[in-house]
Amino acid sequence: MADLPQQAFREEAYELLAELETALLELEECPDDMEVVGQIFRAMHTIKGSGAMFGFNDISSFTHEVETVYDLVRNGQVHVNKALVEISLQARDHIQNLLDACCNGAEADLATGTELIAKLQQFMPPPEPQLQADTQLQADTPPKTVATTESHELKTYRIMFKPHPHILQNGTKISALLEELADLGTCRSIAQMTRLPSFEELDPELCYVSWNVLLTSTCDEDAIRDVFIFVEDDADLNIHLIDTGEEGEEEGQRLGDILIGRGEVTQNDIDRVLAKSKRIGEMLVDAGLVDQDQIEAALQEQTVIREIQEQRRSKKAEKMPVSSSLRVPAERLDELVNLVGEMVTVQSRLSQVAALRHDADLYSIAEEVERLTEELRDSTLNIRMLPIGSTFSKFKRLVRDIASNLCKEVDFVTAGAETELDKTVIEQLNDPLVHIMRNCMDHGIEMPDVREAQGKPRLGTVFLGAEHAGDSVIIEIRDDGKGLSTAKLREKALAKGIINAEDSLNERECYQLIFAPGFSTVEQVSGLSGRGVGMDVVKRAIAALRGSIELHSTEGAGTTVRMQIPLTLAIIESLRVTIAGASFIIPLTAVEECVELTYADIEEAHGRHLAKVRGSLVPYIPLRKAFGVSGAAPPVQQIVITRTGGRRLGFVVDHVIGEHQTVIKPLGPLYKNLRTISGGTILGDGSIALILDLAQLMHQADTLEKQVEIEHE
Amino acid sequence: MSDNDTSAATVNQYLTFILNGEVFGITTDRVLEVLDYTDITPVPQTPDFMCGVINLRGSIVPVVDMHRKFGLPISKHTVNTCIIIVSATVDGEQTSVGAVADSVREVLDLDTACIEATPRMGTRLNTDFVRGVGKHNEDFILLLNIDTIFSAEQFAADGAVIQAAEKGSV
Repeated sequence: MADLPQQAFREEAYELLAELETALLELEECPDDMEVVGQIFRAMHTIKGSGAMFGFNDISSFTHEVETVYDLVRNGQVHVNKALVEISLQARDHIQNLLDACCNGAEADLATGTELIAKLQQFMPPPEPQLQADTQLQADTPPKTVATTESHELKTYRIMFKPHPHILQNGTKISALLEELADLGTCRSIAQMTRLPSFEELDPELCYVSWNVLLTSTCDEDAIRDVFIFVEDDADLNIHLIDTGEEGEEEGQRLGDILIGRGEVTQNDIDRVLAKSKRIGEMLVDAGLVDQDQIEAALQEQTVIREIQEQRRSKKAEKMPVSSSLRVPAERLDELVNLVGEMVTVQSRLSQVAALRHDADLYSIAEEVERLTEELRDSTLNIRMLPIGSTFSKFKRLVRDIASNLCKEVDFVTAGAETELDKTVIEQLNDPLVHIMRNCMDHGIEMPDVREAQGKPRLGTVFLGAEHAGDSVIIEIRDDGKGLSTAKLREKALAKGIINAEDSLNERECYQLIFAPGFSTVEQVSGLSGRGVGMDVVKRAIAALRGSIELHSTEGAGTTVRMQIPLTLAIIESLRVTIAGASFIIPLTAVEECVELTYADIEEAHGRHLAKVRGSLVPYIPLRKAFGVSGAAPPVQQIVITRTGGRRLGFVVDHVIGEHQTVIKPLGPLYKNLRTISGGTILGDGSIALILDLAQLMHQADTLEKQVEIEHE
Repeated sequence: MSDNDTSAATVNQYLTFILNGEVFGITTDRVLEVLDYTDITPVPQTPDFMCGVINLRGSIVPVVDMHRKFGLPISKHTVNTCIIIVSATVDGEQTSVGAVADSVREVLDLDTACIEATPRMGTRLNTDFVRGVGKHNEDFILLLNIDTIFSAEQFAADGAVIQAAEKGSV
């Protein structure tokens, strides 16, 4: 429990670092965008601030240096160029390293930090005295403006901070708190001196002043409370939202209303004083109900609110919709998904029972439950959906780094960043995508001079796109590099013994060779790719997600890798079949059609495992045989025709039962060597059905066939 | 007094069960529950000692036939046949596994002093599977080491899978 805050800091910091990276890359493209600079500054500032608070002093002091530079950028004293972005990126990585080191308890690498700071300092202009001046915030500091993003709602808070007199004895620095507050947004603070005793009675160790702060910011109340987190017990803190940033509010509140709202006067007081005809503020002071400071504060509040509402009206047109979000630990979501999975199982049992009972009432309830469960399932799975764009920004950095590493010029284009995929799927896609992108850059894109000689633009393009297609997502990675030569691929596969000389392969099969284990087309092993492990690992990773991968290429014009990934892993639509009484599940995405297979058909094909499906021959795998099931097959079997690994392939089963909502459950580590079954599910009657991994079954059949061939020779 | 204390600390509890007339023991720390024998869904292309999987309140749990695993003669299922659900560590992963036994006897308190090292020969079992031999009254109890019995290496299925498939295709 003790390091819970630290844990929270780490999580926050990793998020901020990701944000920082995106912003830096954006800055590289448009160096004059002050909004991005503001983003960078704020990210650094938060890392620094919370780092110091939780004792990550290395991180805090290093980030401070970087932040200083961006403060100057923000003030227009330093201009952004490529070199600055480069060093800033390195600095970002360094912060991450420091953070990692702290997490693992390892020794932090401080030398790199010093080096980076020295580099950063070259960007600073010669020191000017007023710049270095301490920005101690006094009670009457003029409003400090921080570049606030306009993409969020600006809210105005009234913060009444009344420290207990002994607060200073704990070593609390109130000025630091107010300063931190000022960094959250536009801030005006008014000191309330009413409690200040005469000089003779003044105890210098006590705090007599309280503060009223008006803060206009995009942050929420919790963020403000966080600022005061350590002094909560030593002060009275009241935070009120006085302007929510929503449309349709009245003009500014009247001063009287504000004072009432603050609990400083009552409606009666106001009415009484209003009878006279002086300005209300003066009258209240005269009446001794409030003092000058309080009026001052309230007047400030009035002005601020008017200004804000004015501003908002002026930019009403470009307003962004409000979106609030909630952070929930992933495990809780997983738990929810599991529960929904159970629910789906129970529901299918209910439907099954209802169908047998011939009870109209029960049946209609079961139908209702079915509908609700379906909705519940869909919306639960939706919660886990994340836009794939979050990983795209990571690749932007990767492409940039690799390009400069290889001295290649590459433009990285993305599309469909908003495409949503299950969180776990996105996580597991990361490594395969990195592999493919590296291959594109290393093997695909040529050196700028070579490109020019071939009449291509010097700047190569790597495209990464995602789009929805039914209940799966297609991810495409395309480069306009040199492409792959089928002849070369063949040659290589022959040399490596992956294929035999007499094997005839069509174009598609040639390209698939690249996914074979131990295949690599580059003679030299480079630091980036080419160890010949890449692509088959990619293929396996994609297969583990129950996806498929294909590669097309045009020599001289580029290569395209297409992946088809199911949207979610937890629950799938599927076809339930039986073999010798046992139920099996075939993912419905792969299924094309079901046809009958009779003894006569088998005889007609002379024992070859080929079926005639509307004029074309489709090979099939008899699952009874593959699973070593004894006993005779029923006279009429069913062939489930699927598209597996880009091939039409049939799987022969005894009976096809029908569609089934399958909640996937793992079989556990004892079965991890069993590839042909990818998991299990619990059926309505409590029995278990096993989920077939079609690609692996196909692979196994291929391997067996080859073995048989060898034996025959 | 202190002598008594130390001896008390070294008493371990074992669940004893019968396989082919012999008494075996598993430390109770690892036993989750004992079920009556139920229908087991066979999983194709696995070694024959892997009976299959059962539905244990919504989770899929693999079940192992201890007779086949230990190379003992197969005995018929009776009303006493049961499935002992144990918690095993497979490849560093904690998982539940069911073990089919002829019958369950009792929970025994065994003093460490009553446990002897496994004899190198004569147990007819892979000695890796046995932690020691406990002596209780005149019985000898083979105390099993759960983690080695259910380690993934012991279940290296790849070769077995192909064999099973070939067997099927003959």
